[in-house]
Amino acid sequence: MASGRASFSVTKQPLFAFVAAICIFALYLPIATYVAFAFNSSGTGSQWESFTIKWFVKAWQNSEIQQAALLSAEIAAVAATLATAMATLAAIATTRTSPYRGQTFTYAIINQPLIVPEIVTAVALLIFFARIKVWTDYTGLAYLIAAHTAFCIPFAYLPIRARLEGMDLTLETAAADLYANGWRTFRYVTLPLLWPGIIAGYMLAFVISLDDVVITEFVKSSGQDTLPTFMLGQIRRSITPELNAAATGFFALSVFAVTVFYVINRKRSQQQ
Amino acid sequence: MTLATPDEKPCDAVNVHSLSKTFGSGDALVSALNDVSVSIKHNEFFTLLGPSGCGKTTLLRLIAGFDYASAGSIFLHGKDVAHLPPFRRPINTVFQNYALFPHMTVAQNIGFGLRMLGWTKADIDQRVGEMLRLVRMENLRARSTNQISGGQQQRVALARALAPRPKVLLLDEPLSALDYKLRKDMQVELKRMQAETGITFIFVTHDQEEALTMSDRIAVMNGGRILQVGSPREIYSAPASRFVAGFIGESNFLPCEVTGRNHKETQVRLADSSKTILAHASEIETGTKATLAIRPEDAFVAYKQGEGVFSALVEDVVFFGAGVHLRVKLGSGARFLIQTQDSSLRCPPQPADVIQVSFKTESARLLVN
Amino acid sequence: MAPDLSVARLRQKRELRVRWLLTAPALATIIIASVGPLLIVLLFSFMMKGEFGDVKYWQFSFDGWISLFFERDPIDDRFGFAAANFQIIWRSVKLSMLTTVITLSLGFPTAYVIATRTEKSRELWLLLITIPFWTNLLIRTFAVQEVIRNEGLINRTLRSLGVIDQPLQMLFTDGAVLAGLAYVYFPLMVLPIYASLERLDRRLLEAGYDLYAKRVQVLWYIVLPLAKPGIIAGSILVFIPSIGAYVTPRVLGGGKNMMLGNLIEQQFGQARDWPFGSALSIALLIVVTFSMLVYVRYASQSSRGSNG
Repeated sequence: MASGRASFSVTKQPLFAFVAAICIFALYLPIATYVAFAFNSSGTGSQWESFTIKWFVKAWQNSEIQQAALLSAEIAAVAATLATAMATLAAIATTRTSPYRGQTFTYAIINQPLIVPEIVTAVALLIFFARIKVWTDYTGLAYLIAAHTAFCIPFAYLPIRARLEGMDLTLETAAADLYANGWRTFRYVTLPLLWPGIIAGYMLAFVISLDDVVITEFVKSSGQDTLPTFMLGQIRRSITPELNAAATGFFALSVFAVTVFYVINRKRSQQQ
Repeated sequence: MTLATPDEKPCDAVNVHSLSKTFGSGDALVSALNDVSVSIKHNEFFTLLGPSGCGKTTLLRLIAGFDYASAGSIFLHGKDVAHLPPFRRPINTVFQNYALFPHMTVAQNIGFGLRMLGWTKADIDQRVGEMLRLVRMENLRARSTNQISGGQQQRVALARALAPRPKVLLLDEPLSALDYKLRKDMQVELKRMQAETGITFIFVTHDQEEALTMSDRIAVMNGGRILQVGSPREIYSAPASRFVAGFIGESNFLPCEVTGRNHKETQVRLADSSKTILAHASEIETGTKATLAIRPEDAFVAYKQGEGVFSALVEDVVFFGAGVHLRVKLGSGARFLIQTQDSSLRCPPQPADVIQVSFKTESARLLVN
Repeated sequence: MAPDLSVARLRQKRELRVRWLLTAPALATIIIASVGPLLIVLLFSFMMKGEFGDVKYWQFSFDGWISLFFERDPIDDRFGFAAANFQIIWRSVKLSMLTTVITLSLGFPTAYVIATRTEKSRELWLLLITIPFWTNLLIRTFAVQEVIRNEGLINRTLRSLGVIDQPLQMLFTDGAVLAGLAYVYFPLMVLPIYASLERLDRRLLEAGYDLYAKRVQVLWYIVLPLAKPGIIAGSILVFIPSIGAYVTPRVLGGGKNMMLGNLIEQQFGQARDWPFGSALSIALLIVVTFSMLVYVRYASQSSRGSNG
């Protein structure tokens, strides 16, 4: 006389699966709505008319959107590169070592951008750069790049550090035993093994920079719109379907980046 | 929920009928238990013994309620429990890794089941005190569970499982993580506790020595089946199969052929030496090939003329304190182990010596192939 | 002996120097473009406000801090309680606490269900939770707006079903901001709780059931206490950004339902009261740092307790 199920489920809790399903549904519903309207030929979503990609085309051709997207990408590329480079050096210096004087201080500083609310940093930079602008008359991109690099560093640092900590220290000892000096050990042993972590850090920093709204909004000079600040400015007027399309494109980019990340991680853990 | 009286006439503590359990599906179908039936009596220390993967833990989990059987039935005090979830079966488990709640103290762990059953605080406190005395840990009442040693954790797990006065206590290799001395001590403790409480203990282990020491009855399992059930003496001296003979203690196996039998004894001819000996009565037909199982302690070096059953070449002599192990090689190339006392050897054999080996024919067991 | 010791110490010193050299670029960047400016804000909060924004340099005053609580009536020059400011501060605290509670109640079951899936599907579910997290904050806020505005999904569905005639005014209310905050920070609650639950030893649950606990009791007495570190971490991760939120209340609250972030922005925009804005920022920073310290103290305490 056997029962239908194979075993007593120790982990089942009443209603939990239901709540979880609703949450995941609710999580994607707004995004799905948004994406759907970007393909809706009648403009933002009152009625569904027909499928079209004309808004994407229009968005692609809109010069303001183009400029903003380009600027976003530029800043992200530069900031992510700088941040990743600095974070790599910092990670190498602070990981896999017995505690040294000032290590806690270093951690505190590196993690600081993660702890402080963005609005506070934004305001602080506004004041600071305003002063410098008055002194030097410079209103170029350097402010934005500096600001972005600063808050990207902790995001690049975390995966690099994680990867470093998981690395086998004896490999570098073996390299030293085989006559490789510091630099060569780094170049031929550490760096190749560290590479996936560096890529992960770069991607993370890039996405974070692309996404930033608040700090960019406060630090930018006029005419320097990134895609997010451009969209923020547009909400005073109604949401145009081109904007919708641009935002959907953005979303697709994020999904792509995260999925690639996930697949790479999957492959790596499978190999191991 | 009360640990109610059975609703049928008095009977076995646990009754398992034709129980089967399969995991997976299609190509990956694994049969963990195959048509297992056994009756476990009240107030019995019953052991499930077997190598890893034999199904003993699966059987235990089915009785506890963590897994449901693919076929067959389980009766507890005459009541069918196969469809009940674990918290409705008056059975408690001592887990192999103890599974003590890390966020509760020793006392809170022990009282947990009572709390779930709705006992009053006063009753819980009293019972927890009783249990602490039973396992001799009164002064550790308020300790956190990660501040006590492995042996102490084991006793807390035991106390926790005994506190709700279950009808049956299941123990899943509870001593495997303890060091040798502690293990020996706990074996005595557990036996004492079972006798004192009168609760049926179902004990799972792969250590045959442990099983022999502690049990009233043993069920030897292999490959998802129960091969033999009996008292330690029965299992040891009258193993029913080659596996049981080899798994419990040591056995030497001699191929032979039945050349004659009557109601009192069986005549077999040994393949190794063509000598004929008389073994115990059996049902095996004349002319069948069989196996004779001989325990090393029943074998000895023969000094009297004609006493030896076969000659053998000494390969190794190992003194292990309580006796001597003689490892010898027979003419057929098969290995044979003799366990004997130093004092019964006239001149201690050396490797490369040829000796005459004999054994107590009344202790030899005849097994079908 | 003596020579060896000095060689070792020399190497150590050299190593230390190299470490600092390597970390210097990162430290310098962050100090210049993140930490340093905060000190300027602190300074500004104690200065007098200028006529057209900015400050009167090196003229100090407590006006910025006083404005947090009191305001000067322009007509009779008396100090009165700054009710408007307080309302905004109270709204920020209220909404961020509610957001934490809501994300916790919904996030815990979600994290639990994901943590109890098989290994393979777990990663997939995590991916599903993470994707919205990496989507631009603005887009997510817009998306919520799309759903709750008068011509949005909910109203259209309700109208077409005949449940209501006129659209429900959901946008530009406190509720809208709350919904937006909960939506945006939901993944931040799920992930730490998931990390805690994933490590939960299933045999503890079996032991609970073996000792007559029913499902709800196992949840209450065994699962929740052991998931506490994750719950606390998630709560902090949601509370801190939501109390400093700027974009979400701006998009979903219009100009009326301001939170701290918007009030701060206003001081550097129309209101031209930089010292007050600075004081507000520092106050926010203090609240956030305090919450973090409470968390760190709790986290180290509980790990000390459980590791004995």
